[in-house]
Amino acid sequence: MRVGVVTFPGSLDDVDAQRAVVLGGNEAVPLWHGDHDLRGVDAVVLPGGFSYGDYLRCGAISRFSPVMAEVVAAAGKGMPVLGICNGFQILCESHLLPGALIRNDHRKFVCRDQRLRIDNNRTPWTSSYDEGAEVTIVLKNGEGGFVADADTLDRLEGEGRVVARYLDANPNGSVRDIAGISNDRGNVVGLMPHPEHAVESLTGSGTDGLGFFTGLAERTFA
Amino acid sequence: MPKPEILDPQGKAVHGALPRLGFSGVTDVRQGKRFELTVEGEVTDAVLAEVDKMAETLLSNPVIENYTVRVEALADEVSA
Repeated sequence: MRVGVVTFPGSLDDVDAQRAVVLGGNEAVPLWHGDHDLRGVDAVVLPGGFSYGDYLRCGAISRFSPVMAEVVAAAGKGMPVLGICNGFQILCESHLLPGALIRNDHRKFVCRDQRLRIDNNRTPWTSSYDEGAEVTIVLKNGEGGFVADADTLDRLEGEGRVVARYLDANPNGSVRDIAGISNDRGNVVGLMPHPEHAVESLTGSGTDGLGFFTGLAERTFA
Repeated sequence: MPKPEILDPQGKAVHGALPRLGFSGVTDVRQGKRFELTVEGEVTDAVLAEVDKMAETLLSNPVIENYTVRVEALADEVSA
């Protein structure tokens, strides 16, 4: 699969995401925030970082970049979109996902190897995992506390749209230990931890994150 | 302003700092944002409606924040 990785001004993990996409058996296509087309990609990753300096609110300005108009339109037609960390914030600001990410409840930046449980393996990004799989994936954020109103949370839970949940300690005050969610169709996934940093044993905690990037290719060959 | 039910870690930090500086009697602190927009000409209802749209679309995130729009004269217009 051809997977586009968007670089915004201030993106930090775009090159790591491209590398993870390739290690997952796909072709990585760099996309620029000012692009008006998606260059024929089959899926898009919005990487982590501090797009537009996190000015106003994290993801608030990126949402209005030209490439996001294309991403929103493509997501509406079912294209798989994965937003990691800042990418998750952009997806919430774009209303592709419900809720919002606010400052960590303990007010400090957190950087750790985080245990997670994959609660939904029916998305194109998590289909390589067994449902209930417990994995360790790097987490690093300052504004990673997921919030939404009670009705939205109940709907997310009821429809099985909580994709991943924090295990052991909750690192940022996210409600109901939510680490990642999907849209109702399942093609758009937002995730606060960074699977693209957990794809090679040389660096990081292991390779538990690779599954987020191998599922797409498996789907193509299925 | 962050909605009342949304945790405000920054406000909490400020609240915690006040007693350390000897200020007492404050029971809660909430921290928000203020934008000052300068517009061309008269602030008509149409202009105000447009500013309201800006507040809803870009300046605030209605999922976690409430906002109010208020009209004020520029300082140099007040003194003129």
